[in-house]
Amino acid sequence: MESGPGSEVASAPTDNGVGEPIITARDLSLSFQTADGVVEALSNVSLSIDRGEFVSLIGPSGCGKTTFLRVVAALEEPTSGTIAVNGMSPDEARRARAYGYVFQAAGLYPWRTVAANVRLPLEIMGYSREEKEDRAQRVLKLVDLDGFGNKFPWQLSGGMQQRASIARALSFDAEILLMDEPFGALDEIVRDRLNEELLSLWRETGKTIGFVTHSIPEAVYLSTKIVVMSPRPGRITDVIDSSLPRERPLEIRDTPEFIAIAQRVRKGLRTGHSR
Amino acid sequence: MRHSLIPVLVVVAAILAVWYVCAFTLNSAWTKDQAARAGVETGFSELLADTMSQERPRLPAPHQVAEELWKTTIEKKITSKRSLIYHGWVTLSSTVLGFFIGTALGILLAVGIVHNRAMDMGVMPWAIASQTIPILAIAPMIIVVLHSIGISGLLPKAIISAYLSFFPVVVGMVAGFRSPDPIQIDLLKTYNASRNEIFWKLRMPASMPYLFTSLKVGIAASLVGAIVGELPTGAVAGLGARLLAGSYYGQTLQIWSALMGTAILAALLVGAIGLAQSATLNRMGMAR
Repeated sequence: MESGPGSEVASAPTDNGVGEPIITARDLSLSFQTADGVVEALSNVSLSIDRGEFVSLIGPSGCGKTTFLRVVAALEEPTSGTIAVNGMSPDEARRARAYGYVFQAAGLYPWRTVAANVRLPLEIMGYSREEKEDRAQRVLKLVDLDGFGNKFPWQLSGGMQQRASIARALSFDAEILLMDEPFGALDEIVRDRLNEELLSLWRETGKTIGFVTHSIPEAVYLSTKIVVMSPRPGRITDVIDSSLPRERPLEIRDTPEFIAIAQRVRKGLRTGHSR
Repeated sequence: MRHSLIPVLVVVAAILAVWYVCAFTLNSAWTKDQAARAGVETGFSELLADTMSQERPRLPAPHQVAEELWKTTIEKKITSKRSLIYHGWVTLSSTVLGFFIGTALGILLAVGIVHNRAMDMGVMPWAIASQTIPILAIAPMIIVVLHSIGISGLLPKAIISAYLSFFPVVVGMVAGFRSPDPIQIDLLKTYNASRNEIFWKLRMPASMPYLFTSLKVGIAASLVGAIVGELPTGAVAGLGARLLAGSYYGQTLQIWSALMGTAILAALLVGAIGLAQSATLNRMGMAR
């Protein structure tokens, strides 16, 4: 990847090792014991994600896309199989602060201002006072929220809250950004705008992004790689490498190329379902 | 403010009206009795006047209670044994001490319950059981036991207060510490935050609204505890002692004024916590 303007935000080693696998999952399985018996959330999932890729996981509820993301972030333990992040176990990678995680709900702390919410991970990671201020300002600017630092979360719209939560995930320069349906609760117009912003953010920072979504257009628009999953048991039915260019205006969604990829995703979802 | 004032006044007026009617009905028997003994007829207006101004009425009229309150608070010196302020102060000091002990104990237990599975399973049933024992039964024992090991005065009463006030704090704070969304805890885990950090950065601030609600219940329970603690000791000071002495000597006015004094004290205490609540939550940006 070329180091574009604004890449000073990502002081992490994003410029070297692009194209090498950063997340490698092999035969990953995870089952829960519930009242109705054993649920196989993940069954023999093998997936390799390269550094700097934007990978979307798409599929219906219960297909394990969120579970996969949580396994990567060491929030869940796989029942069997192996997973390596940067050559480490997910837990080690977490301790090395490799992840920024964005949840479906912004989950900002109501008793903290927006800036203080962004500083939260920095406080835990023991950054100095000036560094905290600096970074909070910088990432808020990055997500177009400069000037809103002193507001409380309830004073912000849903879209702005989610942008603040993305800023929070970016503040400590994690190499990998994991996003679990971050725009699922937002309306279409706000969603389009945030999709565009997220793409330019990804280009600027060169982060590796794992993105869970329900939406086919969202997955196709954002991703360099689309992983189609299906439920019961949760598994991968198709992996599509996108042929779209990195530079993507919203209008790209009307091109035959875009539509062809979307059709393939839809087909993958359907076959997964009919089995 | 305007909107709440009118309904409040209406309710107060209704209570006063019912009170006056009851006072008249309950006290008229004695008046009629006296009149019959003296062999005189009493008209309605005399009857009414008498029921409102007896020295030891079955139910004192509101203005009598107000008058007694005025006499025993404003007109008496604070150092006087007849000053309700003096007695109120005695009760207040053990209430507040017991409230602090109970709150501290309640918060500590809640922290333990949230962080330790054994405590989670083990402590709550005992806490609940402790509240099913009538406080009137256990209060004398606490006083006697503590007295026998040389502790007397303020502390035994405060301990009874604490016994009553820790419970709402435990229940409220366990709920408060557990109130954060799972995703908020997961978020901190992705930062590799320790349990300690999760507690101070998330659970503690998230529990603040619960804390103040518990404290309001707790302070009222503390006051009850302090008064109950004053009853079995044959205490000479405190609102409980006033109540007890009043009932010994059939001084209904004294009982009712002590009761009213207690109610006013409780309202002031709960009000003070309410003020602390809005100040804190405002500063935290959590009051909407």
